[in-house]
Amino acid sequence: MKLSQNDAPVMEAMKNHLLNRVVPFDVPGHKGGRGNQELTEFLGAQCLKADVNSMKPLDNLCHPVSVIKDAEALAAEAFGAKHAFFIVNGTTGSVQAMIMAACKAGDKIIMPRNVHRSAINALVICGSIPVYVNPGVNKELGIPLGMSVRDVEEAIRNNPDAKAVLVNNPTYYGICSDLKAIVELAHKNNMLVLVDEAHGTHFYFSDSAPVSAMSAGADMAAVSMHKTGGSLTQSSLLLCGEGINFDYVRQIINLTQTTSGSYLLISSLDIARKNLSLNGREIFAKTVQFAEYARNEINKIGGYYAFGEELIDKDAFYAFDKTKLSVHTRNIGLAGIEVYDILRDEYGIQIEFGDIGNILAIISAGDRALEIERLISSLSEIKRLYSKDKTGMFDHEYINPNVVLPPQVAFYSKSRSIPIEESKGEICGEFVMCYPPGIPILAPGEMITNEIINYILYAKEKGCILTGTQDMQVNNIKIVEQ
Amino acid sequence: MDLWFTENHTKDVKLSLRVNKQLVSVQSEFQRIDVFESVEFGRILTLDGYLMVTEKDEYIYHEMIVHVPMATNPKIRKVLVIGAGDGGAIRELAQYKTVEKIDMVEIDKAVVDVCKEYLPQTACCLEDERVTIYYEDGLRFVRDKVDEYDLIIVDSTDPFGVGEGLFTKEFYGNCYKALSDDGILVNQNESTFYASYSNSMKRAHSRIKSFFPIALVYQAHIPTYPSGHWLFGFASKKYDPRADLQDEWWNSLGLRTRYYNTILHRGCFAIPNNVRDELREN
Repeated sequence: MKLSQNDAPVMEAMKNHLLNRVVPFDVPGHKGGRGNQELTEFLGAQCLKADVNSMKPLDNLCHPVSVIKDAEALAAEAFGAKHAFFIVNGTTGSVQAMIMAACKAGDKIIMPRNVHRSAINALVICGSIPVYVNPGVNKELGIPLGMSVRDVEEAIRNNPDAKAVLVNNPTYYGICSDLKAIVELAHKNNMLVLVDEAHGTHFYFSDSAPVSAMSAGADMAAVSMHKTGGSLTQSSLLLCGEGINFDYVRQIINLTQTTSGSYLLISSLDIARKNLSLNGREIFAKTVQFAEYARNEINKIGGYYAFGEELIDKDAFYAFDKTKLSVHTRNIGLAGIEVYDILRDEYGIQIEFGDIGNILAIISAGDRALEIERLISSLSEIKRLYSKDKTGMFDHEYINPNVVLPPQVAFYSKSRSIPIEESKGEICGEFVMCYPPGIPILAPGEMITNEIINYILYAKEKGCILTGTQDMQVNNIKIVEQ
Repeated sequence: MDLWFTENHTKDVKLSLRVNKQLVSVQSEFQRIDVFESVEFGRILTLDGYLMVTEKDEYIYHEMIVHVPMATNPKIRKVLVIGAGDGGAIRELAQYKTVEKIDMVEIDKAVVDVCKEYLPQTACCLEDERVTIYYEDGLRFVRDKVDEYDLIIVDSTDPFGVGEGLFTKEFYGNCYKALSDDGILVNQNESTFYASYSNSMKRAHSRIKSFFPIALVYQAHIPTYPSGHWLFGFASKKYDPRADLQDEWWNSLGLRTRYYNTILHRGCFAIPNNVRDELREN
């Protein structure tokens, strides 16, 4: 029987399995929750019952031959891909599998520097060499944009031996590069195009959204279903286009992915895909409506700048994802992270992140009009009660890096830890980033400059959560001994 | 026929009223709206299954939410009422000839339509020429108002669902901004007897207190509300409702009330120890 998007094969198999009242003498040892009362009460009995192990009727994530295979085929169909993999190691897992499938040790990969840490992590693991394209920067907002096609073209010309080009579609702030043009350019030069679509699930289910990786002809895409697609946290999709050997990709995934794939996560991907297929267009139309309304209302408050499509320049800001609600806060004299903290501590509102000059709120179909009103009114109150003079505020989020060593070489070099303040002129041996958003300020192998040191100290002072260094206090930084 | 309307006051306590018949049931964009004819309490209005108004005891709530602030400052001219789709608070306000303008903000037009048709006892004065009804979110309405009202009455439902935004810090802050220098904010402030309501009541009170120099609670006894003991918040930039009560002026108006009087006005701020203790915890 041919399956349709109305089916959810994994969920259906799990329902059957539960109806059969099979006696479990396998893992997990909580045995449907009976072995851990408190956990069952907290998470719910149904959730614990559904937490099962792979078995013949439920297939196996590492080697799918039945219901997971069917569910992946339906996902591929829904996203217009040749093949789809369910990933349970987060989109970090998808990004790493994608890069490691395209590049081996010593291979070059062209990418913007404002990638998520998972991309550079993959380079540390597999030993590929990044060729960074500096993203465009919006001076007023201080944020990195997408890549300009001209810059990608130049990188390709200077590195004709590169194996792949990685593109963010969109960036955390919702900004897209000209993906179609980049795909055409890369393919002409026999390079693969890998797309980090951690924030772009909805591009597949909306006519007004920027182009998706698969419809732009890209070769692989990491899609964070759990971010805006409605599946459980940590579940993700890796999509493959025409001409990718997906049996090889599966082997690469299995190098690092768990052999005990969670059925809570797997079934959530299956059910979320079904929901998106059936209702996605309506859901995202509503999301865009909410976000556009909030943007207008926030801009009416004054001082804040909730930016949108008006910044499109058909270059490094080629397109904009209208579901993203990014708000520039520096003109009311508050760093984004300060507004982020006040929203949570004083108004009970948790947003996605605040960085030096901006905040980002994730809008989704799960929101209601009343919550949108609360966010807008709280921002209005924060301006009334907390705004101050903006002189002396740091005005940019992005500093072009000076790459001295490949990430893997630097990460595994002999190194020592010194105070960050004294690290000027040294080569960094580890990552430093604010999380979220998780875009490295420094990656292994990059030169530490005064500007970067000041940025790190400023971000710390303003209350950003810095991560990446061995030193949990982020006072010291590992430098490569030269 | 053995027909009853039941509301769960907590998961272990219920209140049931015998019902003769259901008069109307509407599913609006926001909530389910029902009117029943009960044996003891007359017509009753419920929203999503929660009892809002009964013909027999609504006067207590509506008199207390309106006359306490009105008797405190005779110079109140411009009033904003948020919620109040049943019209009961408007009915009480409309008795004051001194009031020049009443803006009412109700998110759900369907509530007003149902009440006009089935609850004329409360909805009788919605056509008063001083009244303008805005069908929108209360939080949104006050966001851009500055120094516009002498009195804001928050006649909200409970702090979950539709009325949630009207118990938030951002809302009270916006109200402060929307009030004149001698402005008063009165709100429906839940009760303390059951823990689930008590937390909302404490949170609301401490948020209001963070903006207004004078922030008190007063009480009334409302048979159909959970525990029967209900609280209102009184917040003000200038007037203390105990010291500044204008009893002579108020009594000279000759308004007919069944619950409120100026002696009770003074007494209703005398709250029991359990409420004082709860408030002191903040």
